Amino acid sequence: MRRPTLLVAGLAAFVALATWPVWHALAGPRPTAPELARPVGATECVAPTDYMRASHMKLLVEWRDRVVRDGVRAYTDRHGRVVTMSLSKTCIGACHTDKTKFCDRCHDYTGVKPTCWDCHVVPPVPAPPALAARGEVR
Amino acid sequence: MSTSRRVFLRLAATAATAAAAGSALGCAASGGARRRLAMAIDVRKCLDVHGCRACVDACHEAHNVPAIPDRAHEVKWVWKEPFERALAVREPATLPAALRGSEVLVLCNHCDNPPCTRVCPTGATWKRDDGVVAMDEHRCIGCRYCVAACPYGSRSFNFVDPRPFVAHPTSDYPTRTKGVVEKCTFCEERLAVGRLPACVDACPAGAMVFGDLDERGSEIRKLLNERYSVRRRPELGTRPQVFYVI
Amino acid sequence: MLEKALDGGRRYWLWLAALLAVVCAAAWCYALQLRVGLGVTGLTRDVTWGLYIAQFTFFVGVAASAVVVVLPYYLHDYKAFGRVTILGEFVAISAVTMCGAFIFVDMGQPARLLNIVRYAAPGSLMFWDLVALGGYLLLNVTITRVTLEAERCQTAPPQWVRRVILLSIPWAISIHTVTAFLYSGLPGRPFWLTALLAPRFLASAFAAGPALLILLCLFVRRWWDLRVADEAIRKIALIVTYALAAHLFFAAVELFTVFYGQVPDHLEPYRYLYFGLDGHAVLTPWTWASVGLAVAALGLLLTPAARARRSLLAAACVAVFVALWIEKGLGLVVAGFIPAPLGTVPDYVPTLREVTIVAGIWAVGAAMVTVFFKITAAVRTDGP
Repeated sequence: MRRPTLLVAGLAAFVALATWPVWHALAGPRPTAPELARPVGATECVAPTDYMRASHMKLLVEWRDRVVRDGVRAYTDRHGRVVTMSLSKTCIGACHTDKTKFCDRCHDYTGVKPTCWDCHVVPPVPAPPALAARGEVR
Repeated sequence: MSTSRRVFLRLAATAATAAAAGSALGCAASGGARRRLAMAIDVRKCLDVHGCRACVDACHEAHNVPAIPDRAHEVKWVWKEPFERALAVREPATLPAALRGSEVLVLCNHCDNPPCTRVCPTGATWKRDDGVVAMDEHRCIGCRYCVAACPYGSRSFNFVDPRPFVAHPTSDYPTRTKGVVEKCTFCEERLAVGRLPACVDACPAGAMVFGDLDERGSEIRKLLNERYSVRRRPELGTRPQVFYVI
Repeated sequence: MLEKALDGGRRYWLWLAALLAVVCAAAWCYALQLRVGLGVTGLTRDVTWGLYIAQFTFFVGVAASAVVVVLPYYLHDYKAFGRVTILGEFVAISAVTMCGAFIFVDMGQPARLLNIVRYAAPGSLMFWDLVALGGYLLLNVTITRVTLEAERCQTAPPQWVRRVILLSIPWAISIHTVTAFLYSGLPGRPFWLTALLAPRFLASAFAAGPALLILLCLFVRRWWDLRVADEAIRKIALIVTYALAAHLFFAAVELFTVFYGQVPDHLEPYRYLYFGLDGHAVLTPWTWASVGLAVAALGLLLTPAARARRSLLAAACVAVFVALWIEKGLGLVVAGFIPAPLGTVPDYVPTLREVTIVAGIWAVGAAMVTVFFKITAAVRTDGP
């Protein structure tokens, strides 16, 4: 090691560059959590909110396998409510009316790009008056 | 308890309840006698409505089948082919003059002994207990081994993203993505809710009969008992479940 | 030991840089394929496998052919092959890697490739092909690593590795047999539906692979001291001769059955290859070129004087390799899809992008062989 200063400087430059995104994010304004449009009148999804927030993708994969591979389409939640296991009929459509105000807001915020909608077709959002009547609650 | 286990238990309980209740929804899965679903196409009735595309359109609209202009990349579930190609492949001489050049419907034969499911390396296509040769496009890796194995040309591969080629996508059924194989599924999504396949429903001539071969009084059983029928390439031992009633 | 690959002359680095350039071009094309889909290739609804899978099939054969130098040395103690077995094994490793790459680029959903393991379907030959090829790669990596290390230290390789080597012999046969089964068990593809496919695969592999090995040996010893005895090369040439003769015999047997039997399903793909079908004859010139080259090569190889002359031997080996590459790396897969199930005769012509991707994978293989041979040469000249 003939030039330790150069080595240390180089290492420091590397570390600074490699961790740049972290510093950049810390220096900037704190991002605010996305506002989600939730269905009126509903208190809980088919599972507790905490579970849904963290693991909805697991539930969806289980639904998918049940429907596609086992031909079972009905799902009974813990309150005995029976729903059809369907992303574009139950989740979006029957319950959450607008994917862009629910799914996308969180996925954009967290930088997640699910491939669900590459194939599944987003159901049309109900006409504006209906939406206004239902309101948007946080 | 871990979340996945909790969900698993809940799902298991759901399945048990559904089976016990004999839910109208899960007719394919909720036990009962084994079924052997099949289709019979009355060729004469079909010919009476010469040039009709009602079944093809109904199917392709219901399932978001893309209309890709490039024939090399075409995707199709049910379509018409000249007799000489579909049925009388080696026997054009046996065709009455009236039938030459006429077209007949072709689709996945839902073989009783399907070569496509045999070769699939991931179980993305398989034969269900009721005879439907099912497809799980989520699992398909796009190796196209099933396409090579199918003796009927009934499988289509998505060479490009099909979505731009679906004029009016319905949210009732997914489109597919590039790089997966797809085909007719006997409308398993409609069977699940007690409806007939879309093509059968749409046929203005009543030329398509769908039902359970093992059910004694079923319409298809009766038709096949009364009339002479053929299947495509029976010598291959695939035992197609689409019958052409002559 | 790998550090020996870093110590090369200018020409060595220039060659590797050229290969890297080809790989980069291929990567660029593959990125496009990944984005757009397999639509960027010449593949169609009717010919759904093409150049990628054909190349895969051909290189499985090249990989399996290491057995023709390994078997005589380890089973029959044929000493002349002592210094060439490791070269054969290195060619095998490179070829298997290329096979993996060809499969990968052929997938419509490459990100899901591991579904083959996750949802393993033992009824599918593709699963077994993966097992066979993966195992073969592992065996050969182990063998070359251990034997070359022993050579470097000038000691005898450990006893256990001999058992691994013996296992690699039937394993080599198995990889090409399973690859043939991939095709020969499909009821709707009469061109492939023949029990002779696996023997034909093995015969053509044992001609093309060792022909490549001879060419590499002749070529490489101009720069590097790999000290492959003339006797070894002569013996490999003899093996190529027998294998090529067997291959042509099998091909002739198949042609007899098909053309004399005249069962249309079996006849049509052959008519397409040799004479064209319904006016479609893209592959006809290729087929006849393959036949011509193979017959000419056999003529040369059957003449002892020609076989002994280095230039004529090299020419014969090139002819064998090209002939069998056309036969297996092009015609075999495409003709299986012709005519299409509904009687039409589809054309398949690979696109430039597809060819570039193939060239990139060839470049990877060439780079691997270069580096492996370089290391071997360095171990042998530098000593411990």
